[in-house]
Amino acid sequence: MSTTLDIAMTVNGERIARRVEARQHLIDFLRLDLGLMGSHAGCEHGLCGACTVRVDGRIVRGCLVLAAALDGATVETIEGVSDTGEIRDLQNAFIARNACQCGYCTPGMLLTAADLLASKAEPTREEIREHLSGNYCRCTGYHAIVDAVEAVARQRNGKAQP
Amino acid sequence: MKAPPFAYLRATSLDDAFRLWSAAGPEAKLLAGGQSLIATLAFRLSEPSALIDISRVPELGGITEAGGAIRIGALVTHAQLGASELVRRHVPLLAEAVPLIAHAAVRNRGTFGGSLAFADPAAELPACCVALDATVIARTRSGERRIPAAQFFTGLYTTALAADELIAAVELPQARPGERSTIIELARRSGDYAMAGIAVRAKIAGSTLVEPNVVFFGVGDRPISAGRAASALAGKPAAPATVAEAQAALGGDLDPPADQHGTPEMKLHLARVLLARALDRLIGHAGARAA
Ligand SMILES: Cc1cc2nc3c(=O)[nH]c(=O)nc-3n(C[C@H](O)[C@H](O)[C@H](O)COP(=O)(O)OP(=O)(O)OC[C@H]3O[C@@H](n4cnc5c(N)ncnc54)[C@H](O)[C@@H]3O)c2cc1C
Ligand code: FES
Ligand code: FES
Repeated sequence: MSTTLDIAMTVNGERIARRVEARQHLIDFLRLDLGLMGSHAGCEHGLCGACTVRVDGRIVRGCLVLAAALDGATVETIEGVSDTGEIRDLQNAFIARNACQCGYCTPGMLLTAADLLASKAEPTREEIREHLSGNYCRCTGYHAIVDAVEAVARQRNGKAQP
Repeated sequence: MKAPPFAYLRATSLDDAFRLWSAAGPEAKLLAGGQSLIATLAFRLSEPSALIDISRVPELGGITEAGGAIRIGALVTHAQLGASELVRRHVPLLAEAVPLIAHAAVRNRGTFGGSLAFADPAAELPACCVALDATVIARTRSGERRIPAAQFFTGLYTTALAADELIAAVELPQARPGERSTIIELARRSGDYAMAGIAVRAKIAGSTLVEPNVVFFGVGDRPISAGRAASALAGKPAAPATVAEAQAALGGDLDPPADQHGTPEMKLHLARVLLARALDRLIGHAGARAA
Protein backbone atom coordinates (compact mmCIF):
# COMPACT_ATOMS: atom_id res chain seq x y z
CA MET A 1 0.00 0.00 0.00
CA SER A 2 1.43 3.33 -1.05
CA THR A 3 1.54 6.31 1.29
CA THR A 4 1.53 8.76 -1.63
CA LEU A 5 -0.94 9.35 -4.44
CA ASP A 6 -1.64 11.59 -7.41
CA ILE A 7 -4.39 14.14 -7.16
CA ALA A 8 -5.81 16.95 -9.29
CA MET A 9 -7.90 19.87 -8.11
CA THR A 10 -8.86 23.41 -8.96
CA VAL A 11 -7.30 25.96 -6.63
CA ASN A 12 -8.41 29.57 -7.00
CA GLY A 13 -9.55 28.85 -10.53
CA GLU A 14 -6.36 27.11 -11.62
CA ARG A 15 -6.13 23.38 -12.41
CA ILE A 16 -3.26 21.76 -10.56
CA ALA A 17 -1.99 18.17 -10.36
CA ARG A 18 0.48 16.93 -7.76
CA ARG A 19 1.68 13.82 -6.01
CA VAL A 20 0.94 14.13 -2.29
CA GLU A 21 1.63 12.22 0.88
CA ALA A 22 -1.63 10.67 2.06
CA ARG A 23 -1.23 12.11 5.53
CA GLN A 24 -0.80 15.72 4.36
CA HIS A 25 -3.64 18.05 5.29
CA LEU A 26 -4.95 20.67 2.92
CA ILE A 27 -3.20 23.61 4.64
CA ASP A 28 0.26 22.06 4.39
CA PHE A 29 -0.52 21.20 0.79
CA LEU A 30 -1.52 24.80 -0.01
CA ARG A 31 1.41 26.33 1.85
CA LEU A 32 4.25 23.94 1.21
CA ASP A 33 3.39 22.50 -2.20
CA LEU A 34 1.58 25.45 -3.81
CA GLY A 35 3.24 28.32 -1.94
CA LEU A 36 -0.10 29.84 -0.91
CA MET A 37 0.81 31.22 2.51
CA GLY A 38 -2.50 32.98 3.25
CA SER A 39 -4.09 29.93 4.88
CA HIS A 40 -2.75 29.50 8.40
CA ALA A 41 -2.33 26.45 10.58
CA GLY A 42 -2.73 27.19 14.27
CA CYS A 43 -3.72 24.19 16.35
CA GLU A 44 -3.89 21.56 13.58
CA HIS A 45 -6.67 19.71 15.36
CA GLY A 46 -9.83 21.58 14.59
CA LEU A 47 -10.10 24.06 17.44
CA CYS A 48 -8.91 27.48 16.26
CA GLY A 49 -10.33 28.06 12.77
CA ALA A 50 -7.19 29.80 11.46
CA CYS A 51 -7.15 27.22 8.65
CA THR A 52 -10.64 27.97 7.31
CA VAL A 53 -10.79 27.66 3.50
CA ARG A 54 -13.54 26.89 0.99
CA VAL A 55 -13.95 23.47 -0.57
CA ASP A 56 -16.63 23.14 -3.25
CA GLY A 57 -18.11 26.43 -2.11
CA ARG A 58 -18.38 25.62 1.61
CA ILE A 59 -16.07 26.60 4.44
CA VAL A 60 -14.10 23.78 6.06
CA ARG A 61 -11.25 23.38 8.48
CA GLY A 62 -8.27 22.83 6.19
CA CYS A 63 -6.31 21.06 8.92
CA LEU A 64 -9.01 18.37 9.17
CA VAL A 65 -9.18 17.57 5.47
CA LEU A 66 -6.59 15.45 3.71
CA ALA A 67 -5.39 16.82 0.40
CA ALA A 68 -5.61 13.22 -0.82
CA ALA A 69 -9.36 13.19 -0.20
CA LEU A 70 -9.89 16.26 -2.39
CA ASP A 71 -9.13 14.80 -5.80
CA GLY A 72 -11.45 16.65 -8.19
CA ALA A 73 -12.43 19.32 -5.66
CA THR A 74 -12.57 23.08 -6.07
CA VAL A 75 -10.62 24.94 -3.40
CA GLU A 76 -10.70 28.67 -2.70
CA THR A 77 -8.30 30.38 -0.35
CA ILE A 78 -7.94 33.92 0.92
CA GLU A 79 -5.64 34.62 -2.04
CA GLY A 80 -8.41 33.60 -4.46
CA VAL A 81 -11.20 35.61 -2.88
CA SER A 82 -8.87 38.60 -2.53
CA ASP A 83 -8.03 38.49 -6.24
CA THR A 84 -11.68 38.30 -7.30
CA GLY A 85 -12.60 41.22 -5.05
CA GLU A 86 -15.47 39.20 -3.61
CA ILE A 87 -14.76 40.23 -0.01
CA ARG A 88 -13.09 43.59 -0.61
CA ASP A 89 -15.68 45.35 1.57
CA LEU A 90 -15.07 42.95 4.46
CA GLN A 91 -11.32 43.39 4.13
CA ASN A 92 -11.65 47.17 4.13
CA ALA A 93 -13.93 47.11 7.16
CA PHE A 94 -11.50 44.84 9.06
CA ILE A 95 -8.73 47.34 8.41
CA ALA A 96 -10.84 50.41 9.17
CA ARG A 97 -12.03 48.99 12.52
CA ASN A 98 -8.74 47.44 13.58
CA ALA A 99 -10.31 43.98 13.39
CA CYS A 100 -7.07 42.72 11.90
CA GLN A 101 -4.14 43.09 14.29
CA CYS A 102 -1.44 40.40 14.05
CA GLY A 103 -3.45 38.93 11.17
CA TYR A 104 -3.06 35.28 12.10
CA CYS A 105 -6.77 34.62 12.45
CA THR A 106 -7.82 37.05 9.72
CA PRO A 107 -8.04 34.86 6.59
CA GLY A 108 -10.17 32.35 8.50
CA MET A 109 -12.29 35.09 10.05
CA LEU A 110 -12.90 36.71 6.68
CA LEU A 111 -13.96 33.48 4.98
CA THR A 112 -16.20 32.57 7.92
CA ALA A 113 -17.76 36.04 7.94
CA ALA A 114 -18.29 35.88 4.17
CA ASP A 115 -20.00 32.51 4.65
CA LEU A 116 -22.41 34.03 7.17
CA LEU A 117 -23.24 37.04 5.01
CA ALA A 118 -23.87 34.78 2.02
CA SER A 119 -26.67 32.99 3.87
CA LYS A 120 -27.95 35.81 6.06
CA ALA A 121 -28.18 39.35 4.75
CA GLU A 122 -28.54 41.07 8.09
CA PRO A 123 -27.39 38.94 11.01
CA THR A 124 -27.71 40.19 14.57
CA ARG A 125 -24.54 40.71 16.63
CA GLU A 126 -25.48 37.53 18.47
CA GLU A 127 -25.67 35.62 15.18
CA ILE A 128 -22.34 37.05 14.08
CA ARG A 129 -20.73 35.92 17.33
CA GLU A 130 -22.34 32.49 16.97
CA HIS A 131 -21.08 32.00 13.42
CA LEU A 132 -17.57 33.13 14.32
CA SER A 133 -17.52 31.09 17.54
CA GLY A 134 -15.22 28.49 16.00
CA ASN A 135 -12.52 31.03 15.13
CA TYR A 136 -10.09 32.11 17.80
CA CYS A 137 -8.49 35.56 17.83
CA ARG A 138 -5.79 36.26 20.39
CA CYS A 139 -5.52 39.99 19.63
CA THR A 140 -8.75 41.85 19.08
CA GLY A 141 -11.07 40.66 21.83
CA TYR A 142 -13.57 40.01 18.99
CA HIS A 143 -15.52 43.22 19.45
CA ALA A 144 -13.87 44.96 16.51
CA ILE A 145 -14.44 41.90 14.32
CA VAL A 146 -18.16 41.81 15.15
CA ASP A 147 -18.32 45.56 14.45
CA ALA A 148 -16.67 45.09 11.05
CA VAL A 149 -18.99 42.26 9.99
CA GLU A 150 -22.05 44.16 11.18
CA ALA A 151 -20.93 47.28 9.31
CA VAL A 152 -20.50 45.34 6.06
CA ALA A 153 -23.91 43.71 6.40
CA ARG A 154 -25.52 47.13 6.80
CA GLN A 155 -23.47 48.59 3.98
CA ARG A 156 -24.47 45.76 1.63
CA ASN A 157 -28.09 46.47 2.52
CA GLY A 158 -27.62 50.14 1.76
CA LYS A 159 -28.05 51.15 5.39
CA ALA A 160 -26.20 53.73 7.44
CA GLN A 161 -23.17 52.65 9.47
CA PRO A 162 -23.67 51.84 13.17
CA MET B 1 1.50 17.80 15.34
CA LYS B 2 1.57 15.92 12.08
CA ALA B 3 -0.24 12.66 11.45
CA PRO B 4 1.86 9.49 11.12
CA PRO B 5 2.25 8.05 7.60
CA PHE B 6 -0.56 5.87 6.29
CA ALA B 7 -1.91 4.69 2.97
CA TYR B 8 -5.07 6.21 1.52
CA LEU B 9 -7.63 4.21 -0.43
CA ARG B 10 -10.81 5.71 -1.89
CA ALA B 11 -13.89 3.49 -2.11
CA THR B 12 -16.35 4.16 -4.93
CA SER B 13 -19.11 1.75 -3.86
CA LEU B 14 -20.09 -0.25 -0.80
CA ASP B 15 -18.67 -3.46 -2.31
CA ASP B 16 -15.47 -1.62 -3.10
CA ALA B 17 -15.27 -0.32 0.49
CA PHE B 18 -15.54 -3.81 1.98
CA ARG B 19 -13.03 -5.20 -0.52
CA LEU B 20 -10.46 -2.46 0.21
CA TRP B 21 -11.10 -2.69 3.95
CA SER B 22 -10.53 -6.43 4.22
CA ALA B 23 -7.51 -6.31 1.90
CA ALA B 24 -5.96 -3.50 3.97
CA GLY B 25 -6.08 -5.59 7.14
CA PRO B 26 -7.07 -4.97 10.75
CA GLU B 27 -4.89 -1.86 11.19
CA ALA B 28 -6.88 0.07 8.59
CA LYS B 29 -9.58 2.60 9.57
CA LEU B 30 -12.59 4.06 7.79
CA LEU B 31 -12.50 7.76 6.97
CA ALA B 32 -15.81 9.62 6.66
CA GLY B 33 -15.80 13.40 7.35
CA GLY B 34 -12.48 13.18 9.17
CA GLN B 35 -13.58 15.76 11.74
CA SER B 36 -12.72 13.48 14.64
CA LEU B 37 -10.37 11.01 13.00
CA ILE B 38 -7.90 13.49 11.44
CA ALA B 39 -7.69 15.37 14.75
CA THR B 40 -6.89 12.16 16.67
CA LEU B 41 -4.27 11.22 14.05
CA ALA B 42 -2.62 14.64 14.49
CA PHE B 43 -2.28 13.73 18.18
CA ARG B 44 -0.97 10.31 17.12
CA LEU B 45 -3.57 8.65 19.31
CA SER B 46 -3.56 5.85 16.76
CA GLU B 47 -1.39 4.85 13.82
CA PRO B 48 -3.58 3.16 11.21
CA SER B 49 -1.85 1.42 8.31
CA ALA B 50 -4.40 2.81 5.88
CA LEU B 51 -7.48 5.00 5.71
CA ILE B 52 -10.36 3.73 3.61
CA ASP B 53 -12.18 6.85 2.44
CA ILE B 54 -15.89 5.99 2.34
CA SER B 55 -17.02 9.59 1.83
CA ARG B 56 -17.86 8.99 -1.85
CA VAL B 57 -19.81 5.76 -1.41
CA PRO B 58 -23.23 6.58 -2.90
CA GLU B 59 -25.10 3.86 -0.97
CA LEU B 60 -24.26 5.56 2.33
CA GLY B 61 -25.79 8.97 1.61
CA GLY B 62 -29.24 10.49 1.47
CA ILE B 63 -32.25 11.13 3.69
CA THR B 64 -35.41 9.21 2.79
CA GLU B 65 -38.86 8.48 4.16
CA ALA B 66 -39.89 4.83 4.37
CA GLY B 67 -42.72 3.14 6.24
CA GLY B 68 -43.26 5.67 9.02
CA ALA B 69 -39.52 6.09 9.53
CA ILE B 70 -36.87 8.51 8.35
CA ARG B 71 -33.70 6.87 7.12
CA ILE B 72 -30.55 8.94 7.36
CA GLY B 73 -27.52 7.68 5.48
CA ALA B 74 -24.27 7.45 7.41
CA LEU B 75 -22.61 10.07 5.20
CA VAL B 76 -25.24 12.75 5.71
CA THR B 77 -23.33 15.72 7.08
CA HIS B 78 -24.48 17.73 10.05
CA ALA B 79 -25.10 20.63 7.66
CA GLN B 80 -27.28 18.47 5.38
CA LEU B 81 -29.19 17.19 8.40
CA GLY B 82 -29.89 20.75 9.51
CA ALA B 83 -31.05 21.77 6.04
CA SER B 84 -33.41 18.82 5.49
CA GLU B 85 -37.12 19.58 5.33
CA LEU B 86 -37.95 15.90 6.00
CA VAL B 87 -35.89 16.01 9.19
CA ARG B 88 -37.40 19.30 10.34
CA ARG B 89 -40.91 17.97 9.82
CA HIS B 90 -40.58 14.40 11.10
CA VAL B 91 -37.59 14.33 13.46
CA PRO B 92 -37.48 17.89 14.79
CA LEU B 93 -35.17 16.94 17.67
CA LEU B 94 -32.36 16.32 15.18
CA ALA B 95 -32.91 19.67 13.46
CA GLU B 96 -32.78 21.35 16.86
CA ALA B 97 -29.54 19.51 17.71
CA VAL B 98 -27.57 20.54 14.62
CA PRO B 99 -26.67 24.12 15.63
CA LEU B 100 -25.30 22.74 18.91
CA ILE B 101 -22.81 20.50 17.08
CA ALA B 102 -19.44 22.17 16.58
CA HIS B 103 -19.17 25.10 14.15
CA ALA B 104 -20.34 25.67 10.58
CA ALA B 105 -17.01 24.63 9.05
CA VAL B 106 -17.02 21.34 10.99
CA ARG B 107 -20.71 20.71 10.28
CA ASN B 108 -19.98 20.97 6.55
CA ARG B 109 -17.89 17.78 6.69
CA GLY B 110 -18.72 15.83 9.86
CA THR B 111 -21.19 12.99 9.29
CA PHE B 112 -24.04 11.32 11.18
CA GLY B 113 -22.42 7.89 10.91
CA GLY B 114 -19.04 9.25 12.01
CA SER B 115 -20.56 10.85 15.07
CA LEU B 116 -22.27 7.60 16.11
CA ALA B 117 -19.21 5.46 15.39
CA PHE B 118 -16.89 7.84 17.25
CA ALA B 119 -19.31 7.71 20.22
CA ASP B 120 -18.06 10.71 22.13
CA PRO B 121 -20.02 10.66 25.40
CA ALA B 122 -20.67 14.41 25.09
CA ALA B 123 -21.93 14.26 21.48
CA GLU B 124 -25.48 15.33 20.67
CA LEU B 125 -26.51 12.86 17.95
CA PRO B 126 -25.91 9.67 19.95
CA ALA B 127 -28.09 11.05 22.77
CA CYS B 128 -30.79 12.10 20.31
CA CYS B 129 -30.76 8.63 18.76
CA VAL B 130 -31.31 7.03 22.17
CA ALA B 131 -34.05 9.52 23.07
CA LEU B 132 -35.79 8.87 19.74
CA ASP B 133 -35.51 5.05 19.89
CA ALA B 134 -33.51 5.05 16.67
CA THR B 135 -32.17 1.92 15.02
CA VAL B 136 -28.61 1.75 13.71
CA ILE B 137 -28.33 -0.17 10.44
CA ALA B 138 -24.95 -1.91 10.51
CA ARG B 139 -23.50 -3.60 7.44
CA THR B 140 -20.84 -6.18 6.88
CA ARG B 141 -19.75 -7.58 3.55
CA SER B 142 -22.29 -10.36 3.92
CA GLY B 143 -25.31 -8.73 5.48
CA GLU B 144 -27.17 -6.23 7.58
CA ARG B 145 -27.94 -6.02 11.29
CA ARG B 146 -30.35 -3.68 13.08
CA ILE B 147 -29.13 -2.42 16.45
CA PRO B 148 -31.36 -0.38 18.78
CA ALA B 149 -29.57 2.87 19.68
CA ALA B 150 -29.95 2.09 23.39
CA GLN B 151 -27.74 -0.99 22.85
CA PHE B 152 -25.36 0.58 20.35
CA PHE B 153 -23.27 2.68 22.73
CA THR B 154 -21.36 0.31 24.98
CA GLY B 155 -18.87 2.59 26.73
CA LEU B 156 -16.38 5.42 26.33
CA TYR B 157 -15.82 5.81 22.57
CA THR B 158 -16.98 2.24 22.08
CA THR B 159 -19.94 0.77 20.23
CA ALA B 160 -21.56 -2.56 19.43
CA LEU B 161 -20.06 -2.54 15.91
CA ALA B 162 -17.98 -5.60 15.03
CA ALA B 163 -14.48 -5.09 13.60
CA ASP B 164 -15.68 -5.66 10.03
CA GLU B 165 -18.95 -3.76 10.38
CA LEU B 166 -19.80 -0.21 9.35
CA ILE B 167 -22.79 2.04 9.91
CA ALA B 168 -24.84 2.26 6.72
CA ALA B 169 -27.70 4.36 8.03
CA VAL B 170 -29.88 5.22 10.99
CA GLU B 171 -33.65 4.82 11.06
CA LEU B 172 -35.77 7.08 13.22
CA PRO B 173 -39.48 6.81 13.90
CA GLN B 174 -41.41 9.86 12.73
CA ALA B 175 -42.71 12.09 15.49
CA ARG B 176 -46.30 11.14 16.39
CA PRO B 177 -49.07 13.69 16.86
CA GLY B 178 -48.82 15.33 20.28
CA GLU B 179 -45.17 14.41 20.63
CA ARG B 180 -42.69 17.04 21.81
CA SER B 181 -38.95 16.97 22.08
CA THR B 182 -36.10 19.26 22.94
CA ILE B 183 -32.33 19.32 23.43
CA ILE B 184 -30.37 21.69 25.66
CA GLU B 185 -26.72 21.77 26.60
CA LEU B 186 -24.21 23.78 28.56
CA ALA B 187 -20.84 24.46 26.94
CA ARG B 188 -18.12 26.98 27.72
CA ARG B 189 -17.87 28.13 24.12
CA SER B 190 -20.71 27.78 21.64
CA GLY B 191 -19.96 24.75 19.47
CA ASP B 192 -17.71 23.01 21.95
CA TYR B 193 -18.61 19.60 23.26
CA ALA B 194 -21.10 19.98 26.09
CA MET B 195 -20.20 19.98 29.79
CA ALA B 196 -23.64 18.46 30.22
CA GLY B 197 -26.65 18.10 27.97
CA ILE B 198 -30.15 16.63 27.83
CA ALA B 199 -32.39 15.32 25.07
CA VAL B 200 -36.03 14.70 26.00
CA ARG B 201 -38.94 13.32 24.06
CA ALA B 202 -42.48 12.80 25.36
CA LYS B 203 -46.09 12.86 24.36
CA ILE B 204 -47.85 15.73 26.00
CA ALA B 205 -51.51 15.46 27.00
CA GLY B 206 -52.55 18.79 28.48
CA SER B 207 -49.64 19.41 30.82
CA THR B 208 -49.05 15.70 31.44
CA LEU B 209 -45.99 13.90 30.10
CA VAL B 210 -46.75 10.51 28.61
CA GLU B 211 -43.92 7.98 28.09
CA PRO B 212 -41.09 10.46 28.53
CA ASN B 213 -37.60 9.52 27.31
CA VAL B 214 -34.96 11.48 29.20
CA VAL B 215 -31.39 11.09 27.97
CA PHE B 216 -28.28 12.88 29.20
CA PHE B 217 -24.94 13.39 27.46
CA GLY B 218 -21.60 14.58 28.77
CA VAL B 219 -22.29 13.15 32.21
CA GLY B 220 -21.25 9.52 31.73
CA ASP B 221 -19.26 7.25 29.45
CA ARG B 222 -22.09 7.18 26.88
CA PRO B 223 -25.62 8.61 26.47
CA ILE B 224 -27.43 7.84 29.74
CA SER B 225 -31.18 7.14 29.89
CA ALA B 226 -32.53 8.55 33.12
CA GLY B 227 -35.15 5.87 33.80
CA ARG B 228 -35.90 6.87 37.39
CA ALA B 229 -36.45 10.50 36.52
CA ALA B 230 -38.64 9.44 33.59
CA SER B 231 -40.79 7.26 35.88
CA ALA B 232 -41.14 10.14 38.31
CA LEU B 233 -42.51 12.26 35.48
CA ALA B 234 -44.62 9.74 33.57
CA GLY B 235 -48.36 10.29 33.65
CA LYS B 236 -48.21 13.29 35.94
CA PRO B 237 -48.74 16.96 35.27
CA ALA B 238 -45.35 18.66 35.19
CA ALA B 239 -46.00 20.69 38.34
CA PRO B 240 -43.06 22.01 40.40
CA ALA B 241 -43.35 19.15 42.92
CA THR B 242 -43.14 16.55 40.13
CA VAL B 243 -40.15 18.26 38.57
CA ALA B 244 -38.41 18.37 41.96
CA GLU B 245 -39.10 14.66 42.43
CA ALA B 246 -37.61 13.89 39.01
CA GLN B 247 -34.58 16.05 39.78
CA ALA B 248 -34.04 14.13 43.01
CA ALA B 249 -34.40 10.82 41.16
CA LEU B 250 -31.49 11.79 38.91
CA GLY B 251 -29.19 10.98 41.82
CA GLY B 252 -30.03 7.33 41.18
CA ASP B 253 -29.80 7.59 37.39
CA LEU B 254 -26.49 9.37 36.97
CA ASP B 255 -23.03 8.74 38.34
CA PRO B 256 -21.02 11.39 36.48
CA PRO B 257 -17.25 10.97 36.36
CA ALA B 258 -15.09 13.98 37.16
CA ASP B 259 -13.64 15.50 33.99
CA GLN B 260 -11.93 18.68 32.81
CA HIS B 261 -15.21 20.57 33.32
CA GLY B 262 -15.72 19.79 36.97
CA THR B 263 -16.63 17.44 39.78
CA PRO B 264 -19.34 14.75 39.77
CA GLU B 265 -21.40 16.94 42.13
CA MET B 266 -21.25 19.87 39.73
CA LYS B 267 -22.27 17.68 36.80
CA LEU B 268 -25.21 16.25 38.71
CA HIS B 269 -26.25 19.78 39.60
CA LEU B 270 -26.06 20.83 35.94
CA ALA B 271 -28.11 17.78 34.94
CA ARG B 272 -30.83 18.77 37.40
CA VAL B 273 -30.88 22.33 36.11
CA LEU B 274 -31.07 21.06 32.52
CA LEU B 275 -33.95 18.71 33.36
CA ALA B 276 -36.04 21.57 34.75
CA ARG B 277 -35.25 23.78 31.75
CA ALA B 278 -36.06 21.04 29.27
CA LEU B 279 -39.41 20.30 30.92
CA ASP B 280 -40.18 23.97 30.94
CA ARG B 281 -39.57 24.08 27.21
CA LEU B 282 -41.65 20.98 26.51
CA ILE B 283 -44.63 22.13 28.48
CA GLY B 284 -44.10 25.66 27.16
CA HIS B 285 -44.28 24.26 23.62
CA ALA B 286 -47.48 22.41 24.46
CA GLY B 287 -48.94 25.46 26.17
CA ALA B 288 -48.14 27.64 23.19
CA ARG B 289 -49.93 25.18 20.95
CA ALA B 290 -53.01 24.96 23.14
CA ALA B 291 -53.29 28.75 23.38
C1 LIG C 1 -13.72 21.80 16.83
C2 LIG C 1 -14.65 20.62 16.82
C3 LIG C 1 -15.76 20.65 17.63
C4 LIG C 1 -16.64 19.57 17.64
N1 LIG C 1 -17.73 19.66 18.42
C5 LIG C 1 -18.62 18.67 18.41
C6 LIG C 1 -19.79 18.75 19.20
O1 LIG C 1 -20.05 19.74 19.90
N2 LIG C 1 -20.65 17.70 19.16
C7 LIG C 1 -20.40 16.60 18.39
O2 LIG C 1 -21.22 15.69 18.38
N3 LIG C 1 -19.32 16.50 17.63
C8 LIG C 1 -18.43 17.51 17.62
N4 LIG C 1 -17.32 17.40 16.83
C9 LIG C 1 -17.09 16.15 16.06
C10 LIG C 1 -17.88 16.09 14.76
O3 LIG C 1 -19.25 15.99 15.03
C11 LIG C 1 -17.47 14.90 13.91
O4 LIG C 1 -17.98 15.17 12.65
C12 LIG C 1 -17.97 13.54 14.27
O5 LIG C 1 -17.71 13.22 15.60
C13 LIG C 1 -17.28 12.46 13.45
O6 LIG C 1 -17.80 12.42 12.16
P1 LIG C 1 -16.85 12.32 10.91
O7 LIG C 1 -17.71 12.03 9.75
O8 LIG C 1 -16.00 13.50 10.84
O9 LIG C 1 -16.03 10.99 11.24
P2 LIG C 1 -14.49 10.64 11.06
O10 LIG C 1 -13.66 11.59 11.79
O11 LIG C 1 -14.19 10.41 9.63
O12 LIG C 1 -14.48 9.23 11.79
C14 LIG C 1 -14.62 9.10 13.19
C15 LIG C 1 -14.55 7.62 13.55
O13 LIG C 1 -15.72 6.95 13.12
C16 LIG C 1 -15.38 5.91 12.20
N5 LIG C 1 -16.44 5.95 11.18
C17 LIG C 1 -16.80 7.02 10.41
N6 LIG C 1 -17.87 6.71 9.66
C18 LIG C 1 -18.19 5.42 9.93
C19 LIG C 1 -19.21 4.53 9.47
N7 LIG C 1 -20.14 4.91 8.58
N8 LIG C 1 -19.24 3.28 9.98
C20 LIG C 1 -18.32 2.89 10.90
N9 LIG C 1 -17.33 3.67 11.37
C21 LIG C 1 -17.27 4.93 10.89
C22 LIG C 1 -14.00 6.22 11.70
O14 LIG C 1 -13.31 5.06 11.34
C23 LIG C 1 -13.37 6.89 12.92
O15 LIG C 1 -12.92 5.93 13.82
C24 LIG C 1 -16.41 18.44 16.82
C25 LIG C 1 -15.27 18.40 16.00
C26 LIG C 1 -14.41 19.48 16.00
C27 LIG C 1 -13.21 19.42 15.12
S1 FES D 1 -5.39 24.86 12.44
FE1 FES D 1 -7.25 24.03 11.79
S2 FES D 1 -8.59 24.55 13.37
FE2 FES D 1 -6.67 25.21 14.15
S1 FES E 1 -5.64 39.50 14.82
FE1 FES E 1 -4.15 38.37 15.91
S2 FES E 1 -5.18 36.49 16.21
FE2 FES E 1 -6.73 37.71 15.46
